[in-house]
Amino acid sequence: MKYLYFPGCSLKGSGKAYEESFLAVAKAVGLEIRELEDWNCCGATAYMSVDETRSYALAGRNLAIAERENLDIIAPCNACYLVLNKTQHALKDDEELRRKVVKALKAGGLDYKGTVRVRHPLDVLINDVGLDKIRALVKKPLKDLKLAAYYGCQMVRPYASFDDQHDPVTMDKLMEAAGAECVPWPLKTRCCGGSLTGTVPEAGLRLAYILLREAKKRGAGAIVTLCPLCQFNLDGYQDQMARKFEKVDFPVVYFTQVLGLALGLSASELGIQRGIIPAGKVLSGAR
Amino acid sequence: MALEQKIKYEGDCDREFAKWVVSQTGGDNLRHCIQCGVCSATCPLSLYMDYTPRRLINLAREGFKKEVLGSFTIWLCASCYACRVECPKKIHITDIMYLLKRRAIEEGVYPRRFPIPVLAREFARMVFAFGRVNETLLVMDLFLRTNWFRFLSMTGLGLNLMRTGRMSLLPDHIKRRRELRKVLDAIDSDKTEAVS
Repeated sequence: MKYLYFPGCSLKGSGKAYEESFLAVAKAVGLEIRELEDWNCCGATAYMSVDETRSYALAGRNLAIAERENLDIIAPCNACYLVLNKTQHALKDDEELRRKVVKALKAGGLDYKGTVRVRHPLDVLINDVGLDKIRALVKKPLKDLKLAAYYGCQMVRPYASFDDQHDPVTMDKLMEAAGAECVPWPLKTRCCGGSLTGTVPEAGLRLAYILLREAKKRGAGAIVTLCPLCQFNLDGYQDQMARKFEKVDFPVVYFTQVLGLALGLSASELGIQRGIIPAGKVLSGAR
Repeated sequence: MALEQKIKYEGDCDREFAKWVVSQTGGDNLRHCIQCGVCSATCPLSLYMDYTPRRLINLAREGFKKEVLGSFTIWLCASCYACRVECPKKIHITDIMYLLKRRAIEEGVYPRRFPIPVLAREFARMVFAFGRVNETLLVMDLFLRTNWFRFLSMTGLGLNLMRTGRMSLLPDHIKRRRELRKVLDAIDSDKTEAVS
């Protein structure tokens, strides 16, 4: 199974542990991954606020480069995953827009016919690799580990292409395959605050705090997430939350890190030491 | 405290703006809004907004340009799409927010020194220059432009990111920057042709 990998800017920066653990897990389950050649920023939510057509051309350049290779793209960041999919939808539904974007791509020596599929690593692990194969590969089941599975917003909204929009379950199932237990909690897809944690903390910090408080209250030992911005907001701002609300001290890990440990990979190759709130103890106590 | 007119007469609105909003992609079905308020109820940020999404939709389609484009509401939208998927009339509210953000930036009428529109502009500029975004440099640039004091409150986070090897101070860039600029500029020249 071959795929192209679209890291996006976060996985090369603050979300480095997501890249490390994703690549290690992909290798362990037999996926052949190649980074998309000369990829550019997807545009995230910010570019769309400045210029719509240009934002589609920006994302379109990545799709055009991927189309040459005739492979699915895996985009682990929720924002990249949504922007690339949204561009696909927009180019398909709006003929006038497609004409403009393809014309612009041609000015740069590129072309796009519209055949690329953009996938989330969770989708690939569940639907292409399959839970049976993953269960068979698990060497060290994470017994006694309780997690709150947090999906964030843009993986299921507005397009829920491989899971339920209101109550997604695929990550819960994957974590259970790794031997962990997922606590029931209703905030699976509630907004983490996005970029507002940094720009408007008086509003953004509270959104992130609510998620941590609720996960703790429900008896989880950590939040497991699949988006670099969610991880950053929940993990990185806990010192500011302590000043504003209360001390939280709650680890937030990537689903690929938890799965990687169960597959027998080492904590350091999964980037577990990169958590600002240390997660090693919760995860290793679970063995 | 200066007196301010709180209730608007129909004559206070801008007919041209109302026409413009409903002529845009996604704006055409704003007329279908039944003011049920599900958007405001699902929105996790509505409690901080000067106008809830429901009110903003009504103001926009009636042409209250100044209120709409100068509002905090459009900038507080974090693009979580909760309203869009719950709207019984299938209005793409998140995209309406983007539409209004773009118009506010174009006209330069966003709330002064409010960091979010500045972030959007600087983000686009960094992408044009390098093809990629370096989070650290973007955030530093933002706070130096808007709020020095807040920048200082971020030092704890900065040190933590450095300690865990999650911060880079070198701008990352793509190889074929000229190719990307040609693509983006071609969109603008297409627009100019359409106008002339």
